[in-house]
Amino acid sequence: MVLKIVENLGVKYLKGTDEYKSKLEHELRKLKFPYKALAEDDYDARRKDHISHFILRLAYCQSEDLRRWFIQQEMDLFRYRFNELSDPLVQQFLEYVNLLYEPISKDVKKRLKDELFMSTPGLSAEKVEEQSFYKIPLQDAQDLIRVRRVLLNYGFALVPHQDMVVIILNNYRTKLSKALALTARSLPAVQSDERLQPLLNHLSHSYIGPDYSAQKNTGKISLEQIDALSVKSYPICMRQLHKALRENHHLRHGGRMQYGLFLKGIGLTLEQALEFWRSEFIRGKIDADKFDKGYAYSIRHNYGKEGKRTDYTPFSCMKIILSNPPSQGDYHGCPFRHSDPELLKQKLQSYKISSTGISQILELVKGMHYQLACQKYFELTHDVDDIGFPLNHPNQYFVESQKLLSGGRELKKEMSHPGSSQLKPTSQESINSSSATTTSNNEADTELEGLDEYFAED
Amino acid sequence: WAVTRGMEKGYFARREFSFTLRDDIYVRYQSFERPQDLEKELQKACPYKVDIGAVYSHRPSQHNTLRSGAFQAQEKELVFDVDMTDYDDVRGCCSSAEICSKCWTLMTIAIRILDRALVEDLGVQHRLWVYSGRRGVHCWVCDDTVRKWSSSLRSSIVDYLSLVKGGADTVKKVHLSDPVHPFISKSLRLVEEYFEQYALLGQDILGCRESWDKVLALVPDRPPLREQLQQDFPRKRDSVQRWARLKALSSSSSKKLPSYTEQEIMLQFCFPRLDGNVSKGLNHLLKSPFSVHPKTGRISVPIDIQRLEQFDPFAVPTISSLCRELDEANDEDKDKENEEDPESRRRVRDYKRTSLAPYVRVFECFVEDMERARRGELLRRSDLQGDF
Repeated sequence: MVLKIVENLGVKYLKGTDEYKSKLEHELRKLKFPYKALAEDDYDARRKDHISHFILRLAYCQSEDLRRWFIQQEMDLFRYRFNELSDPLVQQFLEYVNLLYEPISKDVKKRLKDELFMSTPGLSAEKVEEQSFYKIPLQDAQDLIRVRRVLLNYGFALVPHQDMVVIILNNYRTKLSKALALTARSLPAVQSDERLQPLLNHLSHSYIGPDYSAQKNTGKISLEQIDALSVKSYPICMRQLHKALRENHHLRHGGRMQYGLFLKGIGLTLEQALEFWRSEFIRGKIDADKFDKGYAYSIRHNYGKEGKRTDYTPFSCMKIILSNPPSQGDYHGCPFRHSDPELLKQKLQSYKISSTGISQILELVKGMHYQLACQKYFELTHDVDDIGFPLNHPNQYFVESQKLLSGGRELKKEMSHPGSSQLKPTSQESINSSSATTTSNNEADTELEGLDEYFAED
Repeated sequence: WAVTRGMEKGYFARREFSFTLRDDIYVRYQSFERPQDLEKELQKACPYKVDIGAVYSHRPSQHNTLRSGAFQAQEKELVFDVDMTDYDDVRGCCSSAEICSKCWTLMTIAIRILDRALVEDLGVQHRLWVYSGRRGVHCWVCDDTVRKWSSSLRSSIVDYLSLVKGGADTVKKVHLSDPVHPFISKSLRLVEEYFEQYALLGQDILGCRESWDKVLALVPDRPPLREQLQQDFPRKRDSVQRWARLKALSSSSSKKLPSYTEQEIMLQFCFPRLDGNVSKGLNHLLKSPFSVHPKTGRISVPIDIQRLEQFDPFAVPTISSLCRELDEANDEDKDKENEEDPESRRRVRDYKRTSLAPYVRVFECFVEDMERARRGELLRRSDLQGDF
């Protein structure tokens, strides 16, 4: 969880600015994360931190992507914590990790003053005088040498204190990378341990969020219900797709993917799906034969019954908003993102949304808060004050809607909701149990905000 | 050299050599137990060219017997290859494989700049500069620590040493900005020593419109410096005057931003251009010193950097001139045979009686330095251990 926060803040604020630092400190403090290195007496918290780090190593060593993400976040966190260290603590730390670099003497520094100044961009002449410069062997300073941002002197790189973090980060990255490779090799042995296996699986998935591919609710939906469901419990994107399918008896590929996988997520079996699409397409220009030859294959493919047999997961909001924008004749995508505001307004009016509601939605759309707009849509169509959870996934919308309509939960604001807690790794939850409930909404907010900021950078 | 005293056992045996035989047959992964075996093989096979490669984890001649991944290059000298062909866009006298005394200065400049960086920046002690035999120079850096440098470190060093970036489709290949790193400023000072003689007089880079247009292409058009110079140049007498004009205008033109136009031009025309691939890889093979160049017949001789300015690539002996000299020496011997007393008729090593002698001397000094350093190191270590 800490790392997710690190990632979000890294997107939101320019890394290294004061805003970033104070926000990170704030978040870490909330999590009771021992952010004051070597000074905190909280053995327990630090122990938890260590344990969770190693557990994360197990969870994230499995693929190149996961490793890269993990290393990136750990490095950002490390950089932050290292920069917070005072000089004597830096010295202590260097000794502790056995990176015994000596600073150059005052005389040498005086002699090389001008050269040091000219070789370290970003360092004023005063800083050159104040800061210590360390003698680093060439192999440890490669990144600085490659871009010529350091003075080389008879086989050593003379690195100022403020760049030491680069040297150490490199060292850390190399060590972490090697460790992950080793971890991956010992993974099979670990995975067979029953205690760890569910935890590990959950961890790397919770990075993406629940993917709704688990067929817990298969077979609970009947085809006759779909029309009604599309009005009551579908998010607006799927409602639009369903309507287009009924009207045109056809959907293009993008639409078939997005809607088809959604249907799988809400519980439609392969047989049901085939019947559903077939019966609709036949009403249009496609005859039964053509359907069986062409479209049936790809439906089966979606269910993992063809080709490489990947069981495709329904698209999350992020994915729908960010990839594959619709063109003329397409009905997929996110209407809040992809529809023209005028058309969106008309559509909402046709869905009998109040005009105040519509203006609220349009405001959010203008601010590019597409998921918040959809949340508002949920609130308006379900007549609740507060949706009670951050919306990330169309299937989540559906599940929550169904719950609400069948009286499965309270209408008012909730603190710890199953929907939101699914977004955190449960191991962190048990470890940071005291802070879990209070921070769940905040953390989710941060995540959501982080996403919005991401669009702002477009 | 390959087997200086004090090297760990088996070092020589794990060194790769490659031969280029008659009809361009190229054989790799040659290795030998002892130097004598190499000598014997050389005499037997008479290769046209001998390349030296890395020291591997196992004997190269047996690399096929190992499972994949087990056979790894472990150590190799850091080598550099500077090739005159890479300067074709900035020299007017010759192109591709040709060289002349006018453009040879580029090699002199390259050696001075790189050697300074090797010694003062990288802390190198043992390096040998060698004439490649046709159109360039090589450098062999043999310090023990350097031999162990990883491929990525070598790559970083190459980046550090490179300033001229871009290929045929890039017009302006050098860009400087504040602050100017001491490596660049020190290199510039060396270029300045040669620039007038080499570029303005020898190459005459501003001598006629066709030439100076190439130079002006490197001058920014904002502020309208280029236009101004295009107007001024015809009115000047020669390259020297035109360069003075260029300098004067480019330093005064920009009030806020410092202009490095003048320096960028000098570097683009003179700064060393390395072949990165030669230096980066641990398993790259490079022509051995004292090989014969197949196209020119010239011997790849070491260059005495104490007498760098006097080095003349055209005075380097060729294999045929050497043979002639040896024959003459033999004839002399035959004449003396009857006069000298058998005991004092000691056979002086053949090559010392040829014009190869001074070059061999350079090499011997180089090897002696290394041996001395190694002996010193061994002594130091044994002192520390208390063995006497």
